[in-house]
This record gives sequence, C-alpha cells and structure tokens, in this order.
Amino acid sequence: MRPSNIELTFGSQLCFLDLVQDVSDKIGEIVGFDKNGCYWVSLSVCESVTNAILHGNREDAEKKVRLKFTILKDRLIIRVQDEGKGFDEQRLPNPLDPQNTLKPSGRGILYVRSFMDDVKYRPLTDGGWEVCMEKRLNCPKGDANDH
Amino acid sequence: MTIETRTSGSVKILDIQGKITIGEGSAKLRSTVRELLQNGNKYILLDLGGVSYVDSSGIGELVSSFTTVSNQGGQLKLLNLTEKLQELLAITKLLTVFDSFTDEEEALASFSE
Repeated sequence: MRPSNIELTFGSQLCFLDLVQDVSDKIGEIVGFDKNGCYWVSLSVCESVTNAILHGNREDAEKKVRLKFTILKDRLIIRVQDEGKGFDEQRLPNPLDPQNTLKPSGRGILYVRSFMDDVKYRPLTDGGWEVCMEKRLNCPKGDANDH
Repeated sequence: MTIETRTSGSVKILDIQGKITIGEGSAKLRSTVRELLQNGNKYILLDLGGVSYVDSSGIGELVSSFTTVSNQGGQLKLLNLTEKLQELLAITKLLTVFDSFTDEEEALASFSE
C-alpha cells in the first residue's frame, strides 16, 4: 500500500468519539490488523482523543482536536493534537500503585502504552500538545495486542 | 448501552449490553447501581457478557460501583467477563479486586448475607 494520510478535525465534544472509533476501526482493517489489533488500536485512539477533549481542551467546543493517521509500509502512525498546555507524564499518579488501584480514573495512558508499540507526548512548535503513537503492521495475527 | 435488571433472591442481576464508555454508558451504570443501593439492594451481580466495548472510564465506573457498594456493606460481583475486559482489568491489576464468575448459579451462591 502507498503511504497515505487521513485527517479529522473536530470540536472538543465527546459526541465525536463514536465517529473516531469507527474511522480508526476501518483504518485498522485497511492496513491489515486482525480483529483484536483493530480493537486495541481504536481503544488507544479513543483514549487519546478523550484526553485531548477533556484535559487538553477542557471541553471547549471552540478548540479543535486534530487526529491524523499516517499509513506507512511498515507501520501506522497516529497523532492526536489539542490546543492545551500538555502535562508532565512523570508527575501523573501511577495507576498500578496500590494506593491508586481503586481510584475511578487515571488508567487511560497506561492502556495506550500497553497496546501501542511506541508512544510520545510532546509540545507542538506552534502551541498545543500532541501524542504520537505507532503500531507496527507486520505483526502476526493475534499478536497485535501483545504487550 | 442497555441495562436490564433481574432479581434472584436478594441479588439484583444487571444484564448489560453495549458500550461502557465515557459519557452515557458509564453514567447509566452509575445511576443504576446508585438507585439499587438507595432502594436497599446491596447484592449486585453485573452480567457483562453482552458488553462490546469498555474504555478506561468504563473500567473506572466498575471500580467506583464496586467501592460504593462495598462501602455500604454490600457486594458487587462480575459475571461473564469478555476476554478484552479481562485483559483491561489485568493490565491495571484489578482482576483480583473483583469476584468474577462464568456461571450464574455459582455467582449467585457466592453472595453471603
């Protein structure tokens, strides 16, 4: 398959998550992920978009979330960008600490790191914040959710 | 997401279908569990066999429901976990927190007064 880019831009509203999941599922199918692989990649995308909407843009519908899929020969790169100030991942509570196990939130980034091959959080040069995730395309069937 | 409630003795069984995700799904589970507690029902079994998708918010809602019920002296247990839900619970070290079952009769028998 030739390298391709697919982009979505939308206001910071959770009602777009179903659309995001559908698009991500379809792209996963196109690049050849098996059913489980599609599921875990889409979950990672939706978790990242949720974070962008809630924490990055603080649900300000005027602020945009940009979701970019780049299909390369050997991997799928997914970028989720918001207009927020970002965060220091090292300062986030570890959801695996016994004191945090029963907290109602704080697990999304752990899931993203579990299901994607590479994850980077970084500021954008013109303001805003980005998570850039990668998933290899050459994983055998059934291994897409190895972690 | 839909929730249908059945009763077996002192246990309320919630048959959950669809997505438990941020927004409607999580909120519906929360309000259903809270309502049961308010009406004096402290033994709750969540049948999750029909759940197609759960995100971190949904996992958080399961945890939150579990702690709310436990704090009121009740018990909340899980039935028919899907493979994916088991995986999500395992990653966040929650599998051992919940009592989970694959057989409804066995699950019902495990509730203690």
